[in-house]
Amino acid sequence: MANNYDAIIVGGGHNGLVNAAYLARAGWKVLVLEQRHVLGGAAVTEEVFPGFKFSVFSYVVSLLRPEIIRDLKLVKHGLTILPLESTITPLPDGDYIYRGADPHETFRNLSRFSTRDAEAYREYGHAMYHMAKAVKYILGIRPPDPTSLHPRELLQLLKLGRHFLSIGEEHLYTLVKLMTMSSADFLEEWFETDPLVATLSASGIIGTFLGPRSPGSAYVLLHHYMGEIDGVFRAWGFARGGTGAISESIANSARAFGAEIRTEARVAKLLTNNGRATGIVLENGDEYRADVVVSSLDPKLTFLKLADPDELPRELVEDILGFDTYGSSGKVNLALDSLPELAALPGGGAHMRGAISISPSVDYIERAYDQAKYGQFSEKPYIDIIFPSMIDPSMAPPGQHVMSCFVQYAPYQLATGDWDGQREAFGDAVVNTLAEYFPSIKERILHRQVLSPWDIERSIGLSGGNIFQGELSLSQLFFLRPAPGWTQYRTPIEGYYQCGSAVHPGGGITGAPGRLAALQILKDGKR
Amino acid sequence: MSGAYDIIVLGGDPNGLAASARLARAGRRVLVLERRDALGGATTSEELFPGFHFNTGWPDAGLLDAALVNKLDLASHGLDFSDIPVAAYALDSGITLWRDVLRTASELHEHSIPDAQAFVGYAQEAAQYAAILQRMARLEPPGLAHRPLRLLARWAGVALAARRLGPRGLMDFLRVLPMSAQHYLERHFQSEALKGVLAAASVSELMQGPRAAGTSFKLVYGQLAGDSGGYRSAQRVKGGLAALNRALASAAKGAGGDIRTGAQVQRILIENYRVAGVELAGGERIAARAILSTTSPEQTLLDWAGGPQLQPRDVRRLRNIKYQGSTATVHLALSGLPAFEAREEQLSGDIVLCPSPDYAERAYDAAKYGQLSAEPILIARIPSLLDSSLAPTGQHAMSVTVRYAPYQLRDGDWDQKRETLGDLVVKTLERYAPGLGQLVLHRKVITPLDYERDYGLPEGSFTHGQMGLDQLLTMRPIAGFAGYRAPIDGLYLGGDGAHPGGGVSGLPGYNAAGQLLREVR
Amino acid sequence: MPIPTAFHSRAAALCQTQEWRDWSGYLSAISYQPSHEFEYYAVRNAAGLIDVSPLYKYEISGPDASRLVDRIITRDVSQCAVGQVLYTPWCDENGKVIDDGTVTRLEAQRFRITAADPSLRWFQDSGFGLDTEVRDVSRELAALAIQGPSSRAVLQACLKEIDLDRLPYYHAAEAKLGEIPLTVTRTGYTGDLGYELWIAAEHAEMVWDRLMEAGAGYGLQPVGLAALDMLRVEAGLLLIDVDYSSVRSAHIESQTSSPYELGLGWAVDLEGADFVGKRALLGEKERGAPRSFVGLRVPWADLERLFGAMDLPPQVAGRASRSALPLYVGRRHVGQATSMLFSPILKEYIALATVDSRYARRGQTLEIEITVEYKRQRANATVSKLPFYNPPWKKAVVGG
Repeated sequence: MANNYDAIIVGGGHNGLVNAAYLARAGWKVLVLEQRHVLGGAAVTEEVFPGFKFSVFSYVVSLLRPEIIRDLKLVKHGLTILPLESTITPLPDGDYIYRGADPHETFRNLSRFSTRDAEAYREYGHAMYHMAKAVKYILGIRPPDPTSLHPRELLQLLKLGRHFLSIGEEHLYTLVKLMTMSSADFLEEWFETDPLVATLSASGIIGTFLGPRSPGSAYVLLHHYMGEIDGVFRAWGFARGGTGAISESIANSARAFGAEIRTEARVAKLLTNNGRATGIVLENGDEYRADVVVSSLDPKLTFLKLADPDELPRELVEDILGFDTYGSSGKVNLALDSLPELAALPGGGAHMRGAISISPSVDYIERAYDQAKYGQFSEKPYIDIIFPSMIDPSMAPPGQHVMSCFVQYAPYQLATGDWDGQREAFGDAVVNTLAEYFPSIKERILHRQVLSPWDIERSIGLSGGNIFQGELSLSQLFFLRPAPGWTQYRTPIEGYYQCGSAVHPGGGITGAPGRLAALQILKDGKR
Repeated sequence: MSGAYDIIVLGGDPNGLAASARLARAGRRVLVLERRDALGGATTSEELFPGFHFNTGWPDAGLLDAALVNKLDLASHGLDFSDIPVAAYALDSGITLWRDVLRTASELHEHSIPDAQAFVGYAQEAAQYAAILQRMARLEPPGLAHRPLRLLARWAGVALAARRLGPRGLMDFLRVLPMSAQHYLERHFQSEALKGVLAAASVSELMQGPRAAGTSFKLVYGQLAGDSGGYRSAQRVKGGLAALNRALASAAKGAGGDIRTGAQVQRILIENYRVAGVELAGGERIAARAILSTTSPEQTLLDWAGGPQLQPRDVRRLRNIKYQGSTATVHLALSGLPAFEAREEQLSGDIVLCPSPDYAERAYDAAKYGQLSAEPILIARIPSLLDSSLAPTGQHAMSVTVRYAPYQLRDGDWDQKRETLGDLVVKTLERYAPGLGQLVLHRKVITPLDYERDYGLPEGSFTHGQMGLDQLLTMRPIAGFAGYRAPIDGLYLGGDGAHPGGGVSGLPGYNAAGQLLREVR
Repeated sequence: MPIPTAFHSRAAALCQTQEWRDWSGYLSAISYQPSHEFEYYAVRNAAGLIDVSPLYKYEISGPDASRLVDRIITRDVSQCAVGQVLYTPWCDENGKVIDDGTVTRLEAQRFRITAADPSLRWFQDSGFGLDTEVRDVSRELAALAIQGPSSRAVLQACLKEIDLDRLPYYHAAEAKLGEIPLTVTRTGYTGDLGYELWIAAEHAEMVWDRLMEAGAGYGLQPVGLAALDMLRVEAGLLLIDVDYSSVRSAHIESQTSSPYELGLGWAVDLEGADFVGKRALLGEKERGAPRSFVGLRVPWADLERLFGAMDLPPQVAGRASRSALPLYVGRRHVGQATSMLFSPILKEYIALATVDSRYARRGQTLEIEITVEYKRQRANATVSKLPFYNPPWKKAVVGG
C-alpha cells in the first residue's frame, strides 16, 4: 500500500511544509504535493537569469514564528537570517529620511525635519513594541467563536477579554485605534513630517487594496510590526539564499522527520466518502489515500476547486465566493551589471543594505491608490526596494547585483486591456519611477522580470494574486478568517483541513497557520 | 457668585434641551446657556428670506429617539411630524426608494430583477441591525477603567438581543459593521444606480468615501430610528426644526428649568480639579456643582476649561479628534417647483444625485486633496412640498446638501469659494431640473467654515467628530472618558461628540443627563 | 555612529586611552588617562574639567513661561528667584518620573532646563493653552563642568568681571570669558564644589583652552565619565536608566517610580501651583511610597570574610558598577542595589539602592548578593544616609 499516508498536504508553500513537518515530527506518515518544480510557493528563490537569483515573490522575513524555528530545528536545516537594518526614503527634492540601527543617528536624521517627530519616533517604537506584545498572544491562539454559547468558546472568549484588559488602558486604546484607523491618520497622531508618515504608513498598505488613508490600513501596519527575530519585536531580516532558503530549510526539516515531498504533482481533486476525506487524485490520475488531507492553498481553491462545493454548506460557499482575494501588488526583479547610485545619498553605505522605500508623501501613495481603485496600475507607484546581493553576495555574480522591487498598486482587474497586454508598460512605469531616484538605473539593467497579479496567480496559484491569500480587512480577520464557523483549520468535510495564510493569523512568512493547523490535527488525532 | 443652580447646561441645542428637561424633571435646578439668540445651534430652522424657512444645518430630525420623545412627552409640547412617503429619489436613474419597502421592491423590477428580489432582504437585515444599534445608542458605553456591573448587565442585554439574529446573523452583523459600504452593497445588489443612492447615505457627514471600512456601519446608523425604507430614517418636524427646539424648551421649562440665550461662555470655573461654575463673556459668574456641555469636546475642554487644567495626555487626545467637516448646504428660495422629471410625490423625500458608488468615491478623491468635488454628491430636500408654512404659496424652499466640501481647502478659502460652490450646485442640478436657475429668488450658501463660525460646529463637523470606527463607543469622544465624563470632575460631555454621535437623536444629551444624575447627588 | 561634541578636538587630543562612550549620540571620553583614578582624585583634591555637552537643553520663554515651568516640574517656581537654579524631577499624569534635571531662571520669564532625554515634545505639549516658546538649544549650547575644591580659583582667574565668592550654591550668573559671553551656574554632578558653564557651541574650544591654561597651576585635569560616575555615587545623585527608569522607557508598571520612591520627596511641592502628576502624588503622599531610595554600606570585614574563604583578598570594581544586584532580608527579596562603588576617598564599599520602604530605615541591615569566584554569596549591607560624601566647601559661600 505504497500510496497510503496518514496525511497528505496539498501545496508545498511554507505553511504546507510547516504543517507537514509538525505532523511528521509527531510520527505521522506524511506526503506533500507541490505543483511546481520548486518548493516554497510564494517563498521561493529562483535563478531567473543565469547567475542572478531572486526571491521571486516574498522578499523579506520577520514574521516567521520563533517557536517554529526552534521546534523544526530550522537553523540546523540551513536557515540563516541576516539583519536588514535600515530604511531610507529618498525624497523628490534630493533629501532623504534615514532610519537605521543606531537610535541616535535616526534621531538626528529625523530632527532635520522635526525634533518633535524624532522624539515621538522613540515613543512610537515603544508603543508599537507593546502592541506587538499584546497581539503576540492572539497569533498563538485559536480564534473563539463569538456566536457560540459552548462553554469552551465562552471560556476562550473570556480569556481573550482578560488578556486585553491586562495590557493596560493606554495600550488598549492604542490597539483599538490600530484596529480601526487608517495608517496615515494613526501616524499623524504621532508625527508632523509628511514623508515620515508616508513611509511608515506604507507598511499599512502592503499586500492590500487599501490606501494609507483607508480605515483598516493601521491594522496591516500592526501586522507588519508583529515580526520577531531573536525575541526582538519588529525586526526585519533577509534569509541567506533568499526566501526560498526558508522553504528549503523547512522542507529539509520535514524530510528529516520522515515526510515525503513530491514536486510537479498537481492535485486535481479531493477524494471523499460519506463526507469524509479519503485522499486526493492528481491531474495525471494518480490517487493517494489518507484520512487527513490538508490544503495550504487559498480558500477559493480549497473549497471551490479541490473540494466539491456541492458537498459544502451553501453559506460557506457563499462566504468563500465573497471572500476578498483581490490582488493589488506586483513585483519587478532586476538584474544589474553594477550597483546604481541613489541620488539622494550616493555610494554603497549601510543604507544600500537595507530597504529603500519610494514613498515620498502620503498624497503620493494615495494618488497611486486612486488610480488603482478605478482599474489602472499606478503610474507613480509605491516601491519597496532591496538589493539582496548587497546582503547576501551569493545572489548575483561578483560585482553585479539583483534588485527586488515590490510594487503597489497593480490591481488584479484592469479597466482596459489585460495584464498580458500591460505587463511591460507596468514594468516601464516602475523603471521610470526608479530612474527619478537612481538616475543611472536604466543603463545598469541587464534583465528584467515583471510579475503582475495575474502572473502571481498563474505561477503559484494564489487566487487573485493576493499575497496574503485574502485581504487583511477587519471583516476577514480572526474569527471571520476565512469564513465564520470555519476558522479553526477544520472544514465541513471530516479529515479535510486548511492551513494557508487565509486562516488565522493571516499572511506573511509566519508559518503560524501551518503550525496551528498541525496542532489542531494532532489534537483531533488519527482516525 | 449666585448659587441658584445645581447644574448648568452649556448649549441650547436638542441635546442640551433634552438633558435639561431630564435633569429638571429629576428635580435639579438647571440653567441652559445658549450662545446664539435662537435655540438649536446647527439643528434649527431660520427664515433666511422673508417667508422662506430653511433647516439651516441638519436637514431634519432623522434619528430623534422615540423613547425620548415619549418620556419627555414632546407631543403635548407641540411636536408634530410630516409624513414623508419617500425615502429617496435618485436623479439620473429615477429609482425611488419608498418608506414602503415592498413598493420599492416592486418598482425596482424595472431596473433589475435580482436587485428587486434582494432589496427586501437587505432592508430587513439593515432594520434588524439598526434596532440593535438603537439599543446600544440608548446606553452609555463602558469605559475600560470604569465598568460598573449595572452597565455591564445592560450591555449584556444588548448582546443577548443580538443573539436573536441567530449565530449566522450575529456573525454577519459583526462582519458587516466594519465593512465598506461599497463591499456591503455589492454583496446585495448589482445596479450601480441603486448602490449609488445608498452609498450617498453611507457617507453622510463623513469625510470618507464609500470604499472606507466602517461606512456600512454609517449606513445602518442612519437608519437608527427605523422607518428608513432601507435608506435613512427621516423625521421632518412640522414648522421646521425650530419647532423641535420650542417643544424641548417647553418641556424643560415646564419642569422648572431656566434657559438663557445670547449668553456667551468665557470659561468654565474649576476649583481643585472640580467644576465650580461658569464665567460669561461680560464677567458674570454663575456657580454650579456640575456642568453638562453639548458643544464640541474641543470648545468645552480646550477653550473653556483650558489647556492648563488638563493633563498633556488628554490635550493630545483632544487635539487628535478627527472633525474634518465636509458638508456644505445651499439654500434656495424658489419661485416655483423645480422641473425634475418626477412626480411631486417622489420629490417629497431626499432627492439624491449619486449615480454610483464610484461617483461618490471620485467626489471623495478630490476632497482628500483639499479640493471641492467638481461632481459632488447632492442631496436636495424641498420640505415646503409637505409643509406649506415654510414658503409663500406656490413657492418653495429647497436645501441642497453638498458632499464633499472639505473644511480645509488647499487653494484659497471658503470666503472666496462660497459662491463658486453655490454656482456649481445650481448648475449641476439644472441638468436634471432645466430652468432651475431662473427659479432662484434668493440663495444662501453655508460652507463648513460658516458652520464653524456661526453654528459652533468644530471644523464644520455636523457630528462633532467623524463617526468612523475609531471614534465610536468607548473611544467617543476621547479614549479614557467614555460614559459622558470629562477629565474634570463634575463636567459632562453630552453633545454629538459623545456616544452615540450625531443625527439629532437627542440621546447624547439625554444619556449624559442620566449619568450625571447617578453621579452628582 | 556617535558624533563629536563642541569640545571634541580638545578632548580627543588629551584622551590617551581612546576609550569613548556613546552618550546620547555624542562621543564622550570614558577615561583620558590610563587610570581613571587620577581623574577622580583631581576632582576630590584639585579640579577637573568635564564635557557635559550631551545633556539635552531647552529654553522656555514667553509671558507664561513661569506658569509652564511650574506645570512641568514638581517644585514651586515661585520660590525660585531670577539667577537661581533648581534641581527637580518631572512626572507624567500618574506621578511617575519622566526625567530629572536642573532649571535655571535666567529672567523672570526665561528658563533653561537640562534633561537626560529628549523632552521638547513633552515640554511643548504640557504648555497647551499657555503663551510660551520652548526651544531645543541642545546643539547650539555647549556645556562644561569644572568641579573640585580648586574649581573656584581656576574659574575666577578666567572670569574677571564677576565675584564667584558671592555666587551661592545652586545659583547662576551671566559672565564673560574675555569676549565670550556665558552662563555660569554653581551646580554639578560630583558632590563637590563646582560650576557648570553654558557656552555657545562656536566658542567652546576657546573656553576649554583658557580654563586649561588657567588651571595648569592648580592641577586641573580633564575628567572622563568613569570618574564622574564614581563621584556622583558618592554624592548620592541619581542616574536615569541606571538607578531608575523613565516612565517613558519602562516596559512594566514596576519599572516606574514616583519622586517619593527616588528619595526626591523634598523636591515635590504639593502646596504650590498645580503640576502634571500632582493629583496622583497627593494620593501617594497620603498612602506612603512603597519603595525608597537609600544608600548602602557594605562592611569591609564582610567582604574580607567572603573572599577570604576562597583565599582571596576582597575584589571590588575599580569603577562604579551599573549591574544591579538583588537585596534580601532573610529569604525575602526586598530591592536592588543599582550603582556600586568602592569609594577611594571613603575606603568603603557603597551602593545606591531601591528597597521596600519597610526596610529603608537608617541602620537597617540587609543582605546584598556578591559573586565570589563565580559563586553567589551574600554580604551584609547597612542602610545609611545620603550623600556618602558631602564636603563643607560644596555649599559654602566664601565672601558672604
